[in-house]
Amino acid sequence: MAETRDNVRYLPSHEWARLETDGTVTVGISDHAQDALGDVVFVELPEVGRAVQVGEEVAVVESVKAASDIYAPIAGTIISSNEALDSAPETVNEAPFDEGWFFRLQPTDDKALNELLTPEDYRALCAADDH
Amino acid sequence: MLKKTCLNSCHIDAGGKMVDFGGWEMPIHYGSQLDEHQWVRESAGMFDVSHMTVIDILGSEAKAFLRKLLANDVDRLKASGQALYSAMLNHEGGVLDDLIVYRLNEGYRLVVNCATREKDLAWIRASAEAFEVVVVTPAQLSILAVQGPKALSILQSVLDPAQARLLSELAVFESGFAGDWFFARTGYTGEQGAEIILPNAGAEALWQALLAGGVHPIGLGARDTLRLEAGMNLYGSDMDEGVSPLACNMAWTVVHNDRGFIGEGAVQAARAARVQPRLIGVILKERGVLRAHYPVYSGAACVGELTSGAFSPTLQGGIGFARVSAATQPLFVEIRGKRLPLEPVSLPFVRHGKPVYTVIS
Repeated sequence: MAETRDNVRYLPSHEWARLETDGTVTVGISDHAQDALGDVVFVELPEVGRAVQVGEEVAVVESVKAASDIYAPIAGTIISSNEALDSAPETVNEAPFDEGWFFRLQPTDDKALNELLTPEDYRALCAADDH
Repeated sequence: MLKKTCLNSCHIDAGGKMVDFGGWEMPIHYGSQLDEHQWVRESAGMFDVSHMTVIDILGSEAKAFLRKLLANDVDRLKASGQALYSAMLNHEGGVLDDLIVYRLNEGYRLVVNCATREKDLAWIRASAEAFEVVVVTPAQLSILAVQGPKALSILQSVLDPAQARLLSELAVFESGFAGDWFFARTGYTGEQGAEIILPNAGAEALWQALLAGGVHPIGLGARDTLRLEAGMNLYGSDMDEGVSPLACNMAWTVVHNDRGFIGEGAVQAARAARVQPRLIGVILKERGVLRAHYPVYSGAACVGELTSGAFSPTLQGGIGFARVSAATQPLFVEIRGKRLPLEPVSLPFVRHGKPVYTVIS
């Protein structure tokens, strides 16, 4: 059973978004997603300063199996990308909710996070996925 | 309902993630494809390849028949036990399958792909009608490939004395029987190792003994990256019935002499044609992963596509095979709308754990 976190919101496409105390939002992919992808070998990250719309393709994760787009869960401006993934993409498999984060953004309106899946919703979605 | 090899429960016990592979339930990995790949390059891994097809060709005209059926010439197998890699062509000169043929004491043993089993058998039986041969598909067999720098020494330690002696006497691309176990020094990884075809009844005990001896189970995912690094083709990806052996880096396996073989006329016509696509090794010069069907450009012109691609754990970058009509540099691959530079290289990429390719200038 894949791990989920209760302090984040989710997209149906398996990204998570976490509101930090400084008002920024950190984005990564879920444990369920990294498990389905298999070993991650390359992550293409967005440039800092880029303005993104909700649902926009902003990053790509390449595993041994396939390339998958990563969507912005919320509109805003990219303020940092996790460059440690350049040399250690396996961190996405090892710590998807922690050191394996993809990018941070300054949200246009952090209330939009409430539109995303709750941990309960997401667990239900993953359970359905596993069948 | 998926078919299962008799090692199915061993895969599940080892944590195998099982997938539908050509109608067979097979392990794609047992946790980490990258770790499995490295394990074969550095130590020893085992692959259940029992889904592959064993076909024995027996009878007084077995040799004459195979000299006609195959594009490589079994006359090159001068002694019992020797093996040869060959294409089997259709009349249009397309590759029906690639296979290894082993010369037995009497007759020959072919090991062909899994997905092509029924097609191959129908073709072989139809082609055999004019010959005094018997086409046999021995049942109840398992096939285990053990590959890696430590594969042979660990295998030696778990075999009985007669089997161990036979294995120690085999050179690369040689085979032989110890009782009803067939041993061959062949493989699909570019490492040392052996492939063992044995009665189902002995398969699980061999698996467990190898596991206890430190051999790791390896899934289909790592099998694909290992063969790609080793410069070996995958049927259905790098070639199929519509592809000439000349266009899939198999020209070296096609032997022309006075015997005449099925598809020879078409191959010779293709040789005479001015423009001939060919399959080359390519390395992505930027960070990223290559995948089959990405288009390849020479300058601004699209000259073909990748037939295979992956992230190479040994080279730590994107590698692949490209079928191109021209390899005039600079070459580019298009990935998600961006053109990234490719370097054409000699094959294989990797042998015995080390990069061995050279850049083609």
